Amino acid sequence: MELFDSESKKIVSDPLNVNNPISLQVLGICSALAVTIRLDQAIIMTFAVIFVLCSSNVVISLLRDYIPNRVRIVIMLSVIASLVSFVDEVLQAYMYNMSKQLSVFVGLIVTNCIIMGRAEAFAIKHGPSKAFLDGLGNGLGYGMIIIVVSFFRELFGSGTLTLPDGGAGYVLFQMPDWLYAAGYENIGLLVLSPGAFFILGFVIWMQREMVGLEEEE
Amino acid sequence: MGLEHYLSIFTKAVFIENMVLAYFLGLCSFLAISKKIDAAAGIGMAVVVVLTITAPINWFIYEFLLGKGALQWINPDNPKFAEIDLSFLKLIVFISVIAAAVQLTEMFLERFSQSLYNSLGIFLPLIAVNCSILGGSMFMVEREYFLLETMVYGFGSGVGFLLAILALASVRYRLRYSNIPPRLRGVGMAMILTGLLSMAFMAFSGIDL
Repeated sequence: MELFDSESKKIVSDPLNVNNPISLQVLGICSALAVTIRLDQAIIMTFAVIFVLCSSNVVISLLRDYIPNRVRIVIMLSVIASLVSFVDEVLQAYMYNMSKQLSVFVGLIVTNCIIMGRAEAFAIKHGPSKAFLDGLGNGLGYGMIIIVVSFFRELFGSGTLTLPDGGAGYVLFQMPDWLYAAGYENIGLLVLSPGAFFILGFVIWMQREMVGLEEEE
Repeated sequence: MGLEHYLSIFTKAVFIENMVLAYFLGLCSFLAISKKIDAAAGIGMAVVVVLTITAPINWFIYEFLLGKGALQWINPDNPKFAEIDLSFLKLIVFISVIAAAVQLTEMFLERFSQSLYNSLGIFLPLIAVNCSILGGSMFMVEREYFLLETMVYGFGSGVGFLLAILALASVRYRLRYSNIPPRLRGVGMAMILTGLLSMAFMAFSGIDL
């Protein structure tokens, strides 16, 4: 089997648009909002989630013939919790500042519904290579949304754009001073939690307009 | 520390640092189960119960097994025990404790309070993976609460969740016949409503505690 036949491509690309985990399946929103104050936090979180999602999918898919159906939830949770602990330790060792800023939210990847949901809906029924691609696709779909949300929150909330580096972050862009002199002001609301809800609400709306999904109330 | 201290922790947990509206925890079930008021009340009550039980249990486990130097009680004279730091295990242990506590609560309710079991029953399994429960335990560790504070904090966070989900469910119930753009209906609108609620709750942060 060639790695990128049309079915595999579909597995990766579907979660990016027509089946996006956040905006269409409504999974994993909890951590999605908390880490979107700054772009660099969102980027690191994306990598952490992609790593956990891909590896948990592969591990569970490899074990799928050995997991008894009745205790599968506990086994999945322990696989996921071990992987998340690993990510948490790596972050503390190599990116201490970042791990302080993300505080409990790295640990809370354990209860991120995307990971559990993909394990339950996909990995337990498919082979490891497909499960890996599914993890990658859903991780990217998650990352896409939180990076968009954090882009708007940081740019208009704090007037900067920060990329992750080893220390306090590399400032990629800063609103020029003449703009402030001309009377422009940062929107403080976006930095606070209501801003995150509003922006995600609009992002979900936009994405559903593009895909054309309507929800029954 | 007097009653005031605990009252302030409680008020903070319910209003100012509300699990859902300020920390975004437990949003999945918050959005999914807020279409009907009675279901929202059910899951809210279940969260109160489970958070109140699991936060103190996890406190004991962290204090006597996992934290740095926590194993000292085995042999106070041996300095080696003071060096042991098992806190990297806290995620796995906490989530197992929560899963077990949820299971136990379910069995207990089924045996002793059939009516409560019937109303909460289907929500309990969902709660094991509700981030606000694990979040409660993690915040307790991060903020270094001691036992009584943990209990008050756990209960308060649960009440905060209940309050928020009841408010959202009531608003969504009233919105049934409103003319919302079709693609915004459902989750999109719920997010924006949550934003408004969260803005309203921000007014509480002016309270001087």
